[in-house]
Amino acid sequence: MQINAYLYILVMAFATWLMRVAASLIMKKPVKNRFFQSFLYYVPYVTLAVMTFPAIVEATQSPLAGAAALIVCVCAAWFGQGLFTVAVLGCFTVLILELFL
Amino acid sequence: MEKGRDIFIQGYKHGIPIGLGYFAVAFSLGIAARDYGFSALQGFFASLITYASAGQYMGFALYATNTTLAELVLLMFIINARYILMGFALNQRMPEGTPLRTRLLVGSCITDEIFGITIARPGVPTPYYTFGALIAAVPMWAAGTALGIIMGNVLPARVVSALSVALFGMFIAVIIPPARRDKAVLGAVAASFALSYASVHLPWVSKLSPGNRTILLTVIIASVFALLFPRETEGISEGGAFDAD
Repeated sequence: MQINAYLYILVMAFATWLMRVAASLIMKKPVKNRFFQSFLYYVPYVTLAVMTFPAIVEATQSPLAGAAALIVCVCAAWFGQGLFTVAVLGCFTVLILELFL
Repeated sequence: MEKGRDIFIQGYKHGIPIGLGYFAVAFSLGIAARDYGFSALQGFFASLITYASAGQYMGFALYATNTTLAELVLLMFIINARYILMGFALNQRMPEGTPLRTRLLVGSCITDEIFGITIARPGVPTPYYTFGALIAAVPMWAAGTALGIIMGNVLPARVVSALSVALFGMFIAVIIPPARRDKAVLGAVAASFALSYASVHLPWVSKLSPGNRTILLTVIIASVFALLFPRETEGISEGGAFDAD
């Protein structure tokens, strides 16, 4: 029998939320352990980098446009552009390149 | 609470490019959701309260196979396990004595992208910032899902293609400035790019869902760098990839 869709959605959302707050429920203060501190220091950069590549190349219709956007975004960020500017530059790179590719 | 309001507005601004990227991704999620038998209202509701891309894809797909709720919960735990790590990273930056309420509110806002900008922001993570970003981004996620269900492929593919890059552009804006300042981060980013690319083609790892591949690679690469290049014991307010503007 098919479960009620709304009940299903509620359970899906609740299970997802539990993962989000799991650490909040457990941690009372910063962990002093040096390895754990160092590990957590690298986590965001590694996670975001892993999610960015090669996904950015696969997200666009033409992989070449995605690769170009990657290069444009990295250069813009390297030379100090902010979140929004970098994101918009990436979009325009793809929009323009895919006119030709 | 003038200060709280300013932080909220800053979060909202930073949430806009996230929302644009979400909209494009949610559109394709909506197209899938329709195939799995969800109405636009159901899709909107699901995206509004779940706001988890990979998790929702799996959840929607599983619904069509007449799964049990227990299986659903287990699958959500596995596919969203990276949120636990992100929660630890955020809580690590909150001093002892931070109310549970504050910790729960910050944790509740975790998505890959909102986590990214929150951890990159200097200072202690605050719900003002995370909710600002959440309120900018999640409605676009929900609207994109509903529109995808209603209209299917109505946006030109080229526009969807361009919008979907916004998310990655933001990730890049978060990781590159610290990589420029800190050679170890630069190494970690380079290693992540390389291993992530390799993992798509490796025999066993490529079979994992993208979410699980991400968590596996994160644990391995971050552990290796933590061992090779441990950090000096640092204050909790350290960090920050961009200036608070």
